[in-house]
This record gives sequence, structure tokens and C-alpha cells, in this order.
Amino acid sequence: MPFTTKAALESHIEQLKKRPQGSRIFVCCGLGCLAKNSRKVYERFVELVKEGHFQVQVDTLEEERSNPAPTGCMGLCEAGPLVMIEPQGILYLRVKPEDAEKIMERTLGKGEVIEDLVYTENRGEEVQRWPLMKDVPFYRKQEKIVLRNCGCIDPESLDEYLEQDGYLALAQAVTGMTPDEVIGMITKSGLRGRGGGGFPTGRKWQFARVVKSDRKYVICNADEGDPGAFMDRSVAEGDPHSVLEGIALAGYAIGAREGYIYVRAEYPLAVRRLKKAIQDAQDAGFLGTHIMGSGFSFDVKVKEGAGAFVCGEETALIASIEGKRGMPNPRPPFPAHRGLFGKPTIINNVETLANVPAIIHRGAEWFRGFGTLNSPGTKTFALSGRIENTGLAEVPMGITLRELVFEVGGGIQGGKQFKAVQIGGPSGGCLTEQHLDLTVDYDSLCSAGAIMGSGGLVVLDVDTCIVELARFFMSFTQDESCGKCVPCREGTKHMLKILQNIVDGRSKLDEMALLEEAAQVVKDASLCGLGKTAPNPVLTTLQYFKDEYIAHVLDKVCPAHVCVSMKEYLIDPEKCKACGKCARVCPVDCIAGRPKVPYVIDQEKCIKCGSCFEVCPFDAVMVDWRKRSDEQQSA
Amino acid sequence: MAVANEETVLSRRFEKVNTVLEKYGRNPLNLIQVLQEVQAEYRYLPEEILTYVATALGISPSFVYGVATFYAQFSLEPKGKHIIRVCDGTACHVRGSMKVLEVVREQLGLRGEDITTPDLLFTVETVACIGACALAPALMVDEEVYGQMDQEKIENLIEEMIEKEKGGDQ
Repeated sequence: MPFTTKAALESHIEQLKKRPQGSRIFVCCGLGCLAKNSRKVYERFVELVKEGHFQVQVDTLEEERSNPAPTGCMGLCEAGPLVMIEPQGILYLRVKPEDAEKIMERTLGKGEVIEDLVYTENRGEEVQRWPLMKDVPFYRKQEKIVLRNCGCIDPESLDEYLEQDGYLALAQAVTGMTPDEVIGMITKSGLRGRGGGGFPTGRKWQFARVVKSDRKYVICNADEGDPGAFMDRSVAEGDPHSVLEGIALAGYAIGAREGYIYVRAEYPLAVRRLKKAIQDAQDAGFLGTHIMGSGFSFDVKVKEGAGAFVCGEETALIASIEGKRGMPNPRPPFPAHRGLFGKPTIINNVETLANVPAIIHRGAEWFRGFGTLNSPGTKTFALSGRIENTGLAEVPMGITLRELVFEVGGGIQGGKQFKAVQIGGPSGGCLTEQHLDLTVDYDSLCSAGAIMGSGGLVVLDVDTCIVELARFFMSFTQDESCGKCVPCREGTKHMLKILQNIVDGRSKLDEMALLEEAAQVVKDASLCGLGKTAPNPVLTTLQYFKDEYIAHVLDKVCPAHVCVSMKEYLIDPEKCKACGKCARVCPVDCIAGRPKVPYVIDQEKCIKCGSCFEVCPFDAVMVDWRKRSDEQQSA
Repeated sequence: MAVANEETVLSRRFEKVNTVLEKYGRNPLNLIQVLQEVQAEYRYLPEEILTYVATALGISPSFVYGVATFYAQFSLEPKGKHIIRVCDGTACHVRGSMKVLEVVREQLGLRGEDITTPDLLFTVETVACIGACALAPALMVDEEVYGQMDQEKIENLIEEMIEKEKGGDQ
């Protein structure tokens, strides 16, 4: 039965909240945990519940609420599969299907904590255990607005979303607020676009609001193309209704009747969940005609992308929805004036829109209670790379990088030395040790040459070669450059060529100046955001890691021991038994020798494939990372 | 006879394409969706189908060709039954995705520029990011994601898939 009034919705939510709150098992079925077999853990719990061996548990089971419940991402992907037990909020890590019985018997049955499965910190002699989710260091500094429901509701159940005051903001807006009041509230909250640019959301809406047109559109950008970012996927998978509610609110604010969600085809689960959520929302009257008995009608469609990074750019995304090649167009006209099918259009990303219902429901002042003056609220980060706690974390703006990497992220994997963080993906930059006390907000990151981007944060340790990483990003942007404007199409190609030469040990010093010059041109002259930001990884690494570039260029040394061209395979004449195995496997026949005489590798011909290294039974083949030339000279 | 056979094959092919075209109301705005579904059917976009789609939608073949070659998802060459996508996003890259790719290709006996096995069972591609950064290095087989891959895990996975395919034939 669709809800036709706000009162009907409110009384339904009240009913839902009155349901007895028994023990409940949440099994994380976000992509991270799924890949670690959490589906099996979930199924085992279902089996056990069905068998009914656990009286205590069965008593609290209800028909209408799934228990155990499969949820969206809980965040700490590193330690998956994750299981959370309510009402206590106990978090179990690395749960195997065979642990299920133990958890039901001891934790649900007797209220005991199973120590082996909780978060443990070893501090020398002392062992510290954190059984409750809220105490685990990874979660302690987090504030969840966007991820408010991720990991604690069943994303496929509308009722569970409603129980968390879902769709109340929409009901509130369409029955009791004018569109201008909605925009006013968003403007007052200071919400800025979470997709990268940080443009004030309220202002964007206002632009589209004032344009007169028979049709307007809202587009939700879920084309999360930045390698190293997965927050939008997690929100779409873990709490799809919050995205829908955000889109509908945006539609109400600007006067649109239709919305599109543009999702990457690489996210099949998100596509499925969003489609189901749309269906459920239509059936319940949150989408469709005369929502909540008001004059507002709104529909949402899902469009699947076909794999093009540039489609994250607003005008390119619009072209793609229109069935064309996803190439950007010069602005103006801005999409707010002439966008999808030539009509006024606003484009917001998933994270931005997921903030909207919370702001409308709880007020602008509440939202401003988080974060900083110019960047209120929170930001979700995808922590990855060489960090202890990889996963998804939502932190208030204004947190320092140090807190984010070392407290939330748990520091560098294996206790290695921190080298840099790459923030903002291929459009962002590398920040170093000296920036660790920088606060994370739009303006301070920008001043350091990086950008907030969509929130990918890849941590690098001393084993990562910065030059190779810059080459990697350049090969990505070069590959994804759509080819429409010359600076980006040709410039990225040349930059990549120079970087490839550096990594291959074939470059000269003057090429570095050329690289910097080309970077500046691409940055200044490209048509769209992809090109304008493509040189950022190169420019920031040139600025902060010049020594490492010079080591590659002048000394032909890769300090991180990554670039293959900088290593040599040598045969230790003492260990070599002249068996000839290496010579037989060598694909380029560059190893020579004869019986009883140690074999020798011809460095000119060697392609550094490492076959000889792997095959030698006497460990006589050694890897030499070439000494620095100055050391050689002094030696 | 041979010609007649070819004709029935072609008309049968176009029958499926027609169903897809009808589903999307023969609307050029849905070109990408049409191509996605056609590709799901044939595992690639045969040239004659691109021309057929263009005529059916009333747009030029060059426009359709332009779209088909712009997006990474579309292929003009036949693809394998299973698609293995090795993630080469930043997180996977710094955790050794290139080695993963090498091992996968080696296991399947792919040489040089080849991306599809001769028996058309497997295609190996790289993808910019599948959003499983926390599980780097990761790969995707069809819709299934596998994380924290190492040599042994890859070997087991591929062996298992080959076994399964062989078993299915009997």
C-alpha cells in the first residue's frame, strides 16, 4: 500500500520502532567481505536459525525482520568477513562459517564475548581487545552521516530504511516546505559537492531552480571512475534508498520530474540494489505521481555506463546518457542552463546526495556541527594501499592526515616507513610527511597541490616508487583521454613518453624540464576537468620528490627498488656450479659459459625477465639494484 | 545450400537484435543500452549487427561505430565465455596487479597480444578499478570478485574454472 500522507508514514515508522529489539546478527555483505566469503558465513547463520537449536535466539526472531541480516559495507574491509551483534554492538572480525555456531551459543545465548574474534592490538607485552565496534580504533574518530545506515540495515529492505526515519525528509519537504526553503536549507548547511570540485550544492541547485523550462533533470553521478575510490559504490550498495531520497529532494528543489542514476557497469551489485530500491520506493509511493499526496511527481531511472573515465565529467556524462560518445563540451552553457536533452540539469554525486536527506531531516545547524567553517560535514575516504586498516571511513572534515592515516588507518602495513599519500586519484596529488598535520578539507588540500577528489586515499610506503606511480597515473589518464582537445590528447601522450623513458632508464636531465612544461600546458589549456587535473600527480611528485626523479634520470637508480630497468642480474662466480640451467631458460640467449667455468650474463642483451634467478638451484643468480654512481665513485 | 544456411543464421541473429531494439523503443537515445544487450548476447559486437542497429535506429553507421569504439566495455572482436578482469587501479597497482596479470595470462597460456584463449573460453582484460581497493590486488571473473590474490590463489582459481568447463562438456 503506497503512503499517501506524511501522517501515514509517521505512524508506520512509529510501528516499526515499537518492534521488540532482540538480539540481531548483521553479516557484512559489502563487496569486500563478499570476496572473502561472507555469503557462506551468512548462510551458515541462516541454517542455524532455521534449525532452531538456539532457543534464546528463536524467541526474539520475527517474521518481518530478517535475522541474520545481510548488510552493506561496515568499513573495515581488511578484517572481513565482519559480523556485528546488536544490541550490544559487538564486532567480530575474520569470521568463518564454522564460527557461527560458537557466536550463536556464546554471544547470543549467554551474552559472552568471544575474545579470539574481536579487534586486538598488541602493544608489546600488553594485549588490548576492543569488543565493541564503537571502541575499535578504526571507528573511534569516525562520524557517520553518509554511511549512517551502511552496515546496520538490510539494504534490500525498505522497512529497515524507514525505521531509521527514512523518507521522512522527503515527506517533510514535499508537504511542508517550498522548493526555495529546501535550497535555502542546503545552502545554509554549507554542503559542498563530494565528487571532487567541492562546489556549493545549494548554489548549483539555485542556478537550475531559477531557469524557466518545461522539463528539468537531476542526475546522480555514480560513475565512480577514480581508481582507488569505492565510497559511492558502498553507499549505493549499502543504503540505496538514501541516494534515492536525495535525488527526489533535489528534484523537488529545482522543479524536475525525472532523475537518472548513471552507474558504472563494473558495479553490478549496485545496479541491482538501486533498481530494486526504485521498485520498492515506487510501490510505497515515495516515487511516482503525487508523492505523499502532494503535487510533486518524480521518477528515477538507472543508466549503466559502458566504461569511460571521462564520463565522470558533467557534460561528458550527459552525452553518454543521450547515447553518444561520452565527450565533454565547453562550458558555458552550464548544465544548469542547458544540460540533458538541452534542458536544465543538475548533477550531484552519490555521496553528496546521501547527505541531503540527513540535512533536511535534522537541519542545517546540526550539519554545521561537523567539520570546519568552510567545509562542513564529513568526508568518506577509501583507505587503501600499504595501510593496516584498508576500508571505508567517514571522518569529519578538518581531521589531520596524520589522524586519518595513523589512527583510523592504523598506520603503515608491517610497521614500514611512511612515504606519501596519494589523495584524489589521477586528478590528485601526492602529499608527504611534511603534510601529515595538514587538515583535510577542500581548501587546505588545494593549497598543497592535491585535491579532495572523490576521496580515494592510497597510502604509499618506502617500497613504492614515486616515479613509477606518476607514470601509472599518466598512463591511466592518457588512456582515458577522449581525444577531443589537443592539449590533453597530445600532451598526456608526451608526458607519458617522458615518464616511460625515465622509468626505463633512458632519459636525460633536460627532459625533466620538458615534462614540467608539458604538464603546465595540459593543465592550463585542456577543455575539461580530466585534462586540467591530469598533470597533478606529476607536478606534485616533481615538487616533493625531485630527488627520486633525479636518481632515476642521472644515476639510473630506483631508490624503491621497483623499476625493472634499474636492476641487474649477476651470477656469483663462487656459487655457480656451471650447470647451465640458466642459459637454457634464458629467452634471449644472453648467458654464456662452459663446463666448470662460472656462467656470465651479458647485461647489454639481458631483458631482466628473472627466469635465471628463479631456475638457479644454487642461488647463484643475484639481483643488484645498481649502486648510486656517487657511491661507486667514492668506492 | 551454404548461402541459405548463412541466411538463416543471419536472420536468427537479427531476430534477437530486433527483440532488444523493440525493448528500447528503437530510440537512438538508448543506443548504449542496445549495444550492451547485444553484446551480452553475442559476447561482442559483430560488424553487420552494428550496421543493422544503425539502420534500425535511423542513425549513421559511423555514429554507432563511434560509440562502440569509445567505451571500454564494447568489443568488436569475439570475447571468451568467461571474462577475467584484473584490476589495475591505484591500490591494486601498488600491491602488485601486474604480477597478477602475468600469472593469469601464463596460466591460460596467453601469448603476446592475445587476450582470448583459442577455445573462446576465457578473455583476460585489465580494468581501471573495480572498487575493491581494500582487497588489492583483486580480480573479477564475470560478476564475481576475488580479492588478495597471490600466485597460488590464482592458480587454484583458474584450474578450478578449467575443470568446471571440461566437466560441463561431458
